Amino acid sequence: MTPAHQPRAVRSSGKLLHVDLAASRIEHRSPRDLPGLLDPGDLLVFNDAATLPASLAGRARGEPIELRLVARELDGSWRVVAFGEGDFRVPTERRPPPPRLDVGARIDLGALSATVERVLPPSPRLLRVRFDAEGSELWARLYRAGRPVQYSYVSTPLELWDVQTAYASVPWAAEAPSAGHPFDAALLLALRRRGVELATVTHAAGLSSTGDPVLDAALPLDERSSVPPRTAGALSHVKAEGKRVIAVGTSVVRALEGRALEHAGRVLPGESSTTLRIGPGYRRRVVDGLFTGMHEPTESHHALLAAFASRPLLDRAVAQARAAAYLGHEFGDACLLL
Amino acid sequence: MTLFDQKPAVLITGASRGLGRALLGELARAGSRVVGVARDADAMARAATELAAQGFEAHGLGGDIGDKRDIHRIAGAAAALVGPIDVLVHNASTLGPTPLPLLLDTACEDFEHTLQVNLIGPFRLTKALAGHMLLTGSGLVVHVSSDAATSAYPGWGAYGVSKAALDHLGRIWAAELAGSGVRFLSIDPGEMDTDMHRAALPEADRATLAAPREVAERIVRLLARSAELPSGARFEAARLEAA
Repeated sequence: MTPAHQPRAVRSSGKLLHVDLAASRIEHRSPRDLPGLLDPGDLLVFNDAATLPASLAGRARGEPIELRLVARELDGSWRVVAFGEGDFRVPTERRPPPPRLDVGARIDLGALSATVERVLPPSPRLLRVRFDAEGSELWARLYRAGRPVQYSYVSTPLELWDVQTAYASVPWAAEAPSAGHPFDAALLLALRRRGVELATVTHAAGLSSTGDPVLDAALPLDERSSVPPRTAGALSHVKAEGKRVIAVGTSVVRALEGRALEHAGRVLPGESSTTLRIGPGYRRRVVDGLFTGMHEPTESHHALLAAFASRPLLDRAVAQARAAAYLGHEFGDACLLL
Repeated sequence: MTLFDQKPAVLITGASRGLGRALLGELARAGSRVVGVARDADAMARAATELAAQGFEAHGLGGDIGDKRDIHRIAGAAAALVGPIDVLVHNASTLGPTPLPLLLDTACEDFEHTLQVNLIGPFRLTKALAGHMLLTGSGLVVHVSSDAATSAYPGWGAYGVSKAALDHLGRIWAAELAGSGVRFLSIDPGEMDTDMHRAALPEADRATLAAPREVAERIVRLLARSAELPSGARFEAARLEAA
């Protein structure tokens, strides 16, 4: 599928491929048709994580280096992936490795500096670092030093406002929870007028690619999520009423299913980390449907789709999307599995 | 049930001095977790540290509302510090050049800059934060206005135009988001003894001017019962009940 090369000027103006799971039917729609595809009382759950300025350029041991933030740990340190010379214009798999960074190594990032606290398995490029600032000082400097992570198929440098969803809040995501890009205020209001319930989780979506085959094979790493009490309440209410729960993005599926596994199928409010990997044959406990971007069968996200639809149906969906020139990747078109 | 029962996360712009600083303190005392923003990062940090030393949750960020590159930095850093923003107070503003020139003598660039800080900056910051309020069905955005928004005072051209437009911005936000749980209020604080007032009217008798803290107390009492007030409404602090 051709990747979209830039953010859309009008969020909801793309295409929506509706894969009707019960009827095994595929229809071409627009995201603006979504209110009509849902019933009053159905619940849409969004990942409200804002996207971090997660790409930090700097120097270590006299060599150029890029750090990409993966996640903030509870003790205030950060998990990061280090890259060697170059920037997003070079595909990650062609980037040279960074200089060897041992515990105690200093990394100069302009407005910030960091010290390596641990080298983490399974790759010498996965590190735990601590910045030389905390609280408001850390955040102010991080936002000065960093840029959004981006990949080589988007030609111009992305600004922070290019990567945020319309409802982004707490900056937890290393890469944008991009399934939510088609939702603008007009669509959110139309959904509410239809009687569709809206709720949030915050999920710290990590990097989708590191250029290190060993590390890429281990993705997704464990990711933290937070379920607000209001969302937990809405989920049990919707389930009790026999209505459907639709996740906006694969990160929401991971967050809700991961949380449900901890408490015998119930989603309780609070924060936790999940290592759950969802694929073919996975029995879903909470999520009935998925609104997501267009994913190729070669992408890791695609395996998760097999927990919703059979392989032949997914193959037909991909073939139809290709034939109708759907665009892929984070600024591309959308797909509803329901 | 008041606005402050749930310890809301509040972001206030222009919070290093004058009314903004007083609001930062009064909102913290009322039970909010506050983040203040100002161009002078050091002065802002001092204001926040002073409140934190008294046991309140207060953070300060450097940033310029008139600079579009700062908007998402402010929105992101504030949410990182206190969580999703429940209340946004647009207090930062500029008079434009002083002594206040007639409109015919106002440089186009100065007029444009005044609109950037007083109107377009608040629009951008609301756009960055109110989407989440819409999704969760709850939030409050407050515009600090001026009597220059409703009266045409000679010499207050750029400022008056920006404040009139800001009032109307609030009314249109309110109309578009009516019933969504996201609410908008506009408040004219009246004449106060601040640096801005001295820059505008250096000869004014300071004894006749209200203290920013007293005005902030009245505003916070109004915000406490904001759920009962019509979204899009405009209030004058001088007519509000004193604390």
